[in-house]
Amino acid sequence: MDANTFLIQVLNGIQYGLLLFLVASGLTLILGIMGIINLAHGTFYMVGAYLAFSLSQHFGSLWLAMAGGVVIAVAIGLVLEWLLISRLYYRDHLYQVLLTYGLILIFEELRSVVFGDDVHGVAVPEFLRVSIPLTETLSYPVYRLWMSAVCLVLAVGMYLLIQKTRLGMMIRAGASNREMVQSLGININLLYRLVFALGVALAAFAGMIAAPVASVFPGMGNQVLIVCFVMVVIGGIGSVKGAMLAAILIGLVDTFGKVLTLDIGGFEVLPQMSGMMIYVLMAVVLLARPEGLFGKRA
Amino acid sequence: MRGLRAGTVVLLACLLALALLPLVAEKYYIQLFTKMMIMAIFAMSLDLLVGFTGLVSLGHAAFFGLAGYVLAFAAPQYQAADLWLSLPLAMVCSGLLALIIGALVLRTSGIYFIMVTLAFAQMVFFLFHDTKIAGGADGIYVYAKPVAAIAGWEPFTLENHTHFYFVVLVLLALVYACLRLLLNSLFGRVIVGIRVNEPRMKSLGYRTFRYKLVCFVLAGALAGMAGYFAAAQFGFVSPETLGWHQSGSVLMMVILGGMGTLTGAVLGAFAMMLVELGLQGLPVIGGVEIAKHWQLLMGAFIVCAVLLLPQGLLGLGKLASRLRSKPAEARDG
Repeated sequence: MDANTFLIQVLNGIQYGLLLFLVASGLTLILGIMGIINLAHGTFYMVGAYLAFSLSQHFGSLWLAMAGGVVIAVAIGLVLEWLLISRLYYRDHLYQVLLTYGLILIFEELRSVVFGDDVHGVAVPEFLRVSIPLTETLSYPVYRLWMSAVCLVLAVGMYLLIQKTRLGMMIRAGASNREMVQSLGININLLYRLVFALGVALAAFAGMIAAPVASVFPGMGNQVLIVCFVMVVIGGIGSVKGAMLAAILIGLVDTFGKVLTLDIGGFEVLPQMSGMMIYVLMAVVLLARPEGLFGKRA
Repeated sequence: MRGLRAGTVVLLACLLALALLPLVAEKYYIQLFTKMMIMAIFAMSLDLLVGFTGLVSLGHAAFFGLAGYVLAFAAPQYQAADLWLSLPLAMVCSGLLALIIGALVLRTSGIYFIMVTLAFAQMVFFLFHDTKIAGGADGIYVYAKPVAAIAGWEPFTLENHTHFYFVVLVLLALVYACLRLLLNSLFGRVIVGIRVNEPRMKSLGYRTFRYKLVCFVLAGALAGMAGYFAAAQFGFVSPETLGWHQSGSVLMMVILGGMGTLTGAVLGAFAMMLVELGLQGLPVIGGVEIAKHWQLLMGAFIVCAVLLLPQGLLGLGKLASRLRSKPAEARDG
């Protein structure tokens, strides 16, 4: 593997990691602030990708599709929170798991009814359809760089929203004491509804920007969900630093696992096994630091 | 006391009804009930974790599916495996996997535990799905059912669907009885104590990690027993048998029946299978093949069950008896 291929793989790994970070930030937002474990989070990622696919065909532009898609995702989030999730705040995690599992079945089957079970592609927007030449034969697509930039901008935006704005302050206060915030005259139910919609929108948006590079296929959401879980466990809940590090780590391990053929003590680690690499990583972290790399010791 | 005796009577009546079923039922129903009883064993094994020890595992299908693969490996192509060897082997393999995974996942708790069990089960899924170990994504056939020969003498043959039915029924009753005994023992009290208040059990001097690990391994081995017979009956094993849809489905069985009670798990498994069958058998209405998209309705059913039946079907029975007894009390008073 020469230096240029290595550089490309590193960039791909980081880009995948940043995308994961974006998906997981919605997951941890809902988990950390509302205390809801949302298995359907990956499904919203899939919904986003399919929205990008169908709306970009309809509007003829991925940008318009993204704008429309985010609006639809927020609406889905608001309705679901109002109808179902709001009934789960005081129930055990077990019921949250089951209800959101039911949602997965519903959304997956709706997807099958509306779009069928084929794999679809989404075109990269015109002006991002260029590549930066690295050598005479190798080049790197600008769209992937743009994706990484968007993920970073959103991550910073989220941080500012939660840490620096009045709304963020109310949300954080609600996470530590719901009743107190309510008695101070803040509509906590509305606040939570917004947080849930924001989480859904983040997942859907990640699916939308990933659609041109990752293609659109059934089951894409569940795959991402489980990788996000692994990421949260490795990074530790409640640590942005940990989540970012875990995301990049998983991105690199997964990317290199797919291209490298290692020979460890006569046992060949084939690219086929790359799907398992991140779980091995998780097992190692669990052995050494069960609370995650940057989690607080319980 | 009267409630307990009534419960026992109902239980024995159900057992008797199940034992008499093959006399009246056709082959299709015998096989259906065999499948339901296999899933009931699976559900009870998970209930041990979820309902009694308070460990919400979302990766229980890994042990179920692995045992099926062990049977597939133990049966060389077109030849039957030896039941007396392959069944314990399958259960030991599932138990060992549960030991490895359990030692890791039990270092976490709460939401983490749910995530990690799901993730590790998915790892096993990828192992069988992405590599060529056992047919990859296509799965592998179990051509012949295991043979139960003791030195040439065969007490029963699993190729006969009625024999298969009775073997599973006996196992169901055995697993139920053993778990009942276990839960009534000191061990059972300790694990329920762990669910209710783990720090207190720790301060009483119990090494809770070990108790939880034993439970996890036992549940894994029992799930393996169910998985073994499911594979033997179906004659086919695919990565989907250890996938997370299977894990979610069995968790739903436990909750649907009413967790923390073994009868609830059995009831839930039966009810869930019937709902599934009912949805798959729906007719074509207005040109739409509803049965083809039965998962949609299953999802809606699960959502409704979670919202409307917080205590499961058994809770429904309790509610009904309370409603009935209330006017009676009022009259007496």
